[in-house]
Amino acid sequence: MRIALFATCLADAMFPKAAIATVTLLERLGHEVVFPHKQTCCGQMHINTGYLAEATALVRHHVEAFEDAHCEAVVAPSGSCVGSVRHQHVMVARRAGDEALAVRAEAVAARTYELSELLIDVLNVRDVGAYYPHRVTYHPTCHSLRMLRVGDKPLELLRHVRGITLVDLPDADSCCGFGGTFAIKNSDTSTAMLADKMTNVIASGAEVCSAGDSSCLMHIGGGLSRIRSGVRTVHLAEILAFTESSDHPEMAAPR
Amino acid sequence: MTTFLGTPGIGNLRGDEPFPRAARRALQDSQMRRNVGHATRTIRAKRLAAVSECADWEQLRAAGSALKQDVLARLPELLEQLEANVTARGGVVHWARDADEANRIVTDLIRVTGADEVVKVKSMATQEIGLNEHLEAEGIATIETDLAELIVQLGHDKPSHILVPAIHRNRAEIREIFQREMPDAGELTDEPRVLAMAARAHLRRKFLSAKVAVSGANFGVADTGTLTVIESEGNGRMCLTLPKTLITVMGIEKIVPTFTDLDVFMQLLPRSSTAERMNPYTSMWTGVHAGDGPDEFHLVLLDNGRTNVLADEIGRAALHCIRCSACLNVCPVYERTGGHAYGSVYPGPIGAILSPQLTGTHGHHDPNATLPYASSLCGACFDACPVRIDIPSILVHLRAAQVDSERGGLPSGQDLAMKAAAWAMTSPRLFTAAEKALAAGRIVANSDHRITALPWPGSKWTSSRDIPEPPKETFRQSWTRTHGGKKR
Repeated sequence: MRIALFATCLADAMFPKAAIATVTLLERLGHEVVFPHKQTCCGQMHINTGYLAEATALVRHHVEAFEDAHCEAVVAPSGSCVGSVRHQHVMVARRAGDEALAVRAEAVAARTYELSELLIDVLNVRDVGAYYPHRVTYHPTCHSLRMLRVGDKPLELLRHVRGITLVDLPDADSCCGFGGTFAIKNSDTSTAMLADKMTNVIASGAEVCSAGDSSCLMHIGGGLSRIRSGVRTVHLAEILAFTESSDHPEMAAPR
Repeated sequence: MTTFLGTPGIGNLRGDEPFPRAARRALQDSQMRRNVGHATRTIRAKRLAAVSECADWEQLRAAGSALKQDVLARLPELLEQLEANVTARGGVVHWARDADEANRIVTDLIRVTGADEVVKVKSMATQEIGLNEHLEAEGIATIETDLAELIVQLGHDKPSHILVPAIHRNRAEIREIFQREMPDAGELTDEPRVLAMAARAHLRRKFLSAKVAVSGANFGVADTGTLTVIESEGNGRMCLTLPKTLITVMGIEKIVPTFTDLDVFMQLLPRSSTAERMNPYTSMWTGVHAGDGPDEFHLVLLDNGRTNVLADEIGRAALHCIRCSACLNVCPVYERTGGHAYGSVYPGPIGAILSPQLTGTHGHHDPNATLPYASSLCGACFDACPVRIDIPSILVHLRAAQVDSERGGLPSGQDLAMKAAAWAMTSPRLFTAAEKALAAGRIVANSDHRITALPWPGSKWTSSRDIPEPPKETFRQSWTRTHGGKKR
């Protein structure tokens, strides 16, 4: 299948390993991955902070970038960016009074998938051939859980990884406290939420905390790093891309 | 044609400081953190169990939502129908545009009876309008008869939860309050039964002597004129049946079209609020009946900003709320800050969308203008809401309204940052340049490749979290290196 990578601005600029891993994984599974260079950002930060007028231009830009890619599917290593594309873009276009854009956004949204959705629902694969000999706990991010309803698809993929020891995360479905600009505007409350998430990650006994969103991992990882917890964060895509003969031995290792 | 847009809501709907500041202080209250954390975790698990027993829960939620949409679409007609039916059965209906009018109406009604003391059924509407404070100032004593509400009243405190107003207190604190405020209760322990029996004895005397009761209502049935109070302790039943005069203050959105519509809500409400299959006491009354219950019944219909909320096509769903408080119990923000940080009597996710809409807001420094941002948009509230209020979407809608209301003025730092980002992000060339500039951030990283301190507003992040240094190569650069020849 010809699949367009929607890298997301955060992964592109700050966490390229998540996007590289997505490409590595899909190419290993025999698919053609293209990267529409025009893409930048889906506008989620603008939308969730209330800048819908500014976001309209970003929605239009995003729609154009992925319409031009002529792909059957668009994939992103992020539940919240896909959530924004699928649940907010049409609303933003309509609010701006641009019905034509809303229709086009709906079409792009309909073929946009979060990584675990693409693998299980579209490509019908559960064992991606990964090997990852580490003790891992998985944090289901809020938007993948409650906006996209990915359920336990990511866990299903992880369970098929060779060598992995998957351990439960207590209170897994509680928010880590990131919430975009919430982490800045309500930094104290955000930190209180993060403290409980870190306590649970550490209690799980895992050496790696994984999730499907670089943003939540940046938050959890930023906290775990600050307290020198010795637990690292690794994107789901990086675990699934890793194999015994991985060409990217550094990929899933600590920075 | 002109549209009546209503008067803004007043009363106990706005705190005196922005949420982040109030939350910062609340987070330091370790006793409150422990009490609210324990209580919300317990009720969350119980609610989930109670809800999972209903195979048709999702259909019930959809039905509740549809009924409320219908009510809001026909509100004027249904209110007049309710008024006609209450009046036909011997009740008297009063209309209050705002809290001041409602307080004046209730005060005048009590004055006529000559009573200087009233017993109260727990009611959010009367908390909203500040009825107790108003009556105290007029020389009329109010006695809250709901146990948690009594604890708040005796503690000279404010409610911090819609259903359990004293959720921020533990039993040791309650024992202390009772010991201090009920001198004839004798020596008390912190056993829940001992405390409940002390409150029971204290209240029983009041029930028997009170001439007037004031209540709220969970539902008002338009086609019969029936009012309903749903409760657990039986104090409501005492207030609604013993005193000679009953005054009920009800928000205009609490109406349901027909008696059979209660079927849906009486399944949704108990399971969502107390996690019970059925609440212990459901009181329903229709007008007055000689020799049975109160001789006089007054219904005060309260607007207090609700008409304003109704005028907003998206925001109006906040009026679907049946005050179950499930959204508070599942909210990760509420769980940590407690209810007082929200300033209004309506805390938590529902409060964050209801309070600012009821009052309207004036600039981004208005405490209520900060409430729509008091959420990480995690979505737990929407999942828990028995009438499917999409709280996260309404929060975003209100944020947008806030930003739009300040357009044209001097742009804030945030405005400039958002505009600059949107400008750069609509051009791959500029975006690539911005990414390259970001890489310069590597110089502020420590030798272990983490950034631990940034200037404001980045300091709000680095006060508790590190950031990894920007990568040597962005994804875009990496793709060009590895897939360079392959265009798109």
